[in-house]
Amino acid sequence: MIEKNAVAGHDKLHFKTQFVTVRQTWEDDPMNKIVAKEMLSENVVKLVVEAPQISQKQSPGQFVIVRTDDRGERIPLTIADADKEKMTITLIIQKVGTSSHKMANLDPGDSLLDISGPLGKPTHIEKVGTVVACGGGVGIAPLYPIARAFKEIGNKLITVLGARNRELLILEKEMAVFADEMIVMTDDGSYGEKGLITVGIEKVLLREPVHLAVAIGPAVMMKFVALLTKKYDIPTIASLNTIMVDGTGMCGACRVTVGGKTKFVCVDGPEFDAHEIDYDEMLKRLNTYKKEEQVSYDGYLKSLP
Amino acid sequence: MAVNFQELGADRNQEWRNEMRTRLSAKERSNLPRVKMPEMGPMERILGFMEVNVGLNEDAAVLESQRCLDCSTPSCISGCPVNINIPGFIKLIEKKDFLAAARKLKETNALPAVCGRVCPQEIQCEAQCIYHKMKKAPVAIGYLERFASDCERLAGNISIPPMKTGNQIKVAAIGSGPASLTFAGEMAKSGYRVTVFEALHELAGVLSYGIPEFRLPKSIVRSEIAYLEKLGVVFEKNVIVGKTLTIEDMKKQGFQGFFIGSGAGLPKFMHIPGENAIGVYSSNEYLTRVNLMKAYQFPHYDTPIVLGKRVAVIGGGNTAMDSVRVAIRLGAEKAMIVYRRSEQEMPARIEEIHHAKEEGVEFLTLTNPVEYISDADGRVRQMKVQKMGLGAADDSGRKRPVVIPGSEYTIDVDTVVVGVGTDPNPLIPRTIQGLEVTKWGTIVVNEETMQTALPEIFAGGDIVRGGATVILAMGDGKKAAESLHDYLQQKK
Repeated sequence: MIEKNAVAGHDKLHFKTQFVTVRQTWEDDPMNKIVAKEMLSENVVKLVVEAPQISQKQSPGQFVIVRTDDRGERIPLTIADADKEKMTITLIIQKVGTSSHKMANLDPGDSLLDISGPLGKPTHIEKVGTVVACGGGVGIAPLYPIARAFKEIGNKLITVLGARNRELLILEKEMAVFADEMIVMTDDGSYGEKGLITVGIEKVLLREPVHLAVAIGPAVMMKFVALLTKKYDIPTIASLNTIMVDGTGMCGACRVTVGGKTKFVCVDGPEFDAHEIDYDEMLKRLNTYKKEEQVSYDGYLKSLP
Repeated sequence: MAVNFQELGADRNQEWRNEMRTRLSAKERSNLPRVKMPEMGPMERILGFMEVNVGLNEDAAVLESQRCLDCSTPSCISGCPVNINIPGFIKLIEKKDFLAAARKLKETNALPAVCGRVCPQEIQCEAQCIYHKMKKAPVAIGYLERFASDCERLAGNISIPPMKTGNQIKVAAIGSGPASLTFAGEMAKSGYRVTVFEALHELAGVLSYGIPEFRLPKSIVRSEIAYLEKLGVVFEKNVIVGKTLTIEDMKKQGFQGFFIGSGAGLPKFMHIPGENAIGVYSSNEYLTRVNLMKAYQFPHYDTPIVLGKRVAVIGGGNTAMDSVRVAIRLGAEKAMIVYRRSEQEMPARIEEIHHAKEEGVEFLTLTNPVEYISDADGRVRQMKVQKMGLGAADDSGRKRPVVIPGSEYTIDVDTVVVGVGTDPNPLIPRTIQGLEVTKWGTIVVNEETMQTALPEIFAGGDIVRGGATVILAMGDGKKAAESLHDYLQQKK
């Protein structure tokens, strides 16, 4: 539950985008400069970052590995958008621990120490008919470019967005620009309809033929979306966000079981057949460093002025 | 690479060398005992990541250099993949001109401080030393190489070798491990404009993420990189060739020749039940978290690692030894090497096995894991292993391990590190059309020239060999540099 004063602060930040001038030259200037920042919700921040090479090469579904400072972790972040002309990429980060909080605390003019990518296989975009794009929480961010690409190629696009409450719902307006239909579900009913995302999805599946579902969000959400679409025999892809170190296939931290075989999310994914993923194993592996993450985060929060 | 005996002869016939040889008789020299490498005591060193081998002092190094007989046809050189003029640099140590000795090393080896530490001299140069024929211990070439290069670094007096005038031709190295670094150094010396592209945020490949601080301090690696920068080599980090930048993009930027040294980055797993349990790591991940991300300094650094109390490392190579010795330093109460053959077949350097034992590592040889058992949270708690016997020799000449039926038992573990080897990283071969690749994923090259099926692209190191040593990778880089130089000169 969000405290009252937090909501007040959040209102002030909401949709107030800060900008700095886009650079003219690259000489003697730090790389990976943040050019714009926007708070999408109390805990979710959008950063537009200069990434000249990556912005040209990226496709929907791909991600980057980011390190904020020289003691920082390497963390994977899906590319939420890119601007080839301005040579920027957009990253959307939810404050959950030390690394994400550090990143969220950066301002326009600051730089990320390292960005590498684009990594992973791009989403296979094709015209199939009707596509249901399901996004839960901050998973709506990586869903955004994929949904747009499916629409642009000529599919009917229905988006189903889920969030715990109204404050945590992101990119609703942006999605509305191109979606043929949008269903919003909130856990507490503070916005859209009350209920889990699967309720909204099932409504669509009962109503009309659907040819493909895309699910991105928390592992538990993807698990239940997959169970649902399996019941209706709808091909479904899920994009996974596992723990990674290098992101290039070197370490295997991201391994998941798909169809009984071990796969590396970083090079074999991040998207897989949602009906074949071993979500329970993935959920456990996501908790590998739960204790350490808490220790690190407590220390970090204490170090803040 | 052929040894140039004419050049060596001229070097050997310098007046001071002739005089040096007469100072002591061969008998006096051969009667000197081989020097011992001073090292930190095991109880002290396992408390941190300090370098285990301390290095020779001046007196010890000069004494050891006197053991070298300065043979007229030195067999040691042919044992070195980059053909260092070994008697040449050793006699300069005897002359107490240590900086000149370092310069002599740099004529043929761009990374002597690294090689002096991690090369398996016992199966290379030192294995060819004349002393073996006399039933004596070989000259400690590796220790002396380390001594000379350390002297130069500590003196802060890094020399620049003779450089050819710049020719403005741009060449690129992909990956920044030992193969690429050697290639870059050689090309820079020949006058080329060299750029090295690295996918990670830190340079030097396996020297950074793989080999731990206690065996190869990162400050040494950084100074070797600084030396290459002095030669004019440009380094670009966070560039994943094939993703961030393609070979075609690089050609458009004016690059005319390429060297792929992208390494064997893909970890092998055994595909046994339970291998995805929490606490089961690839050696690549385990070592990368510690060496590259500094997880041993968590929470001072942000990257965590599971601090196992009972750690089993699967495998018998140098990577396995590095992993198990890291586990000890991270506070393991019981650290085990689990290897399916016997100690005799272990590919690790004898020194590493010896150091591991001194530090309290238990060796479970002729033992192979078959399953990992985890608790409700998915954390590994036990491993089921089976005992192995040795059968007839296999293709590698080593005795093949055979399962002993009914020999299974379980061991309590909370961390497992799978160090059974790596496969070539498929990222680059996959993204370059026309490159010939074997079924193991290695790049096919002409062994004489290191040239791939695409004439302007050369390759070397583990992406060609599958999984070898630092020095063999360096030998490839050097060979490729010579061939690319020839290729580009002919093209003109």
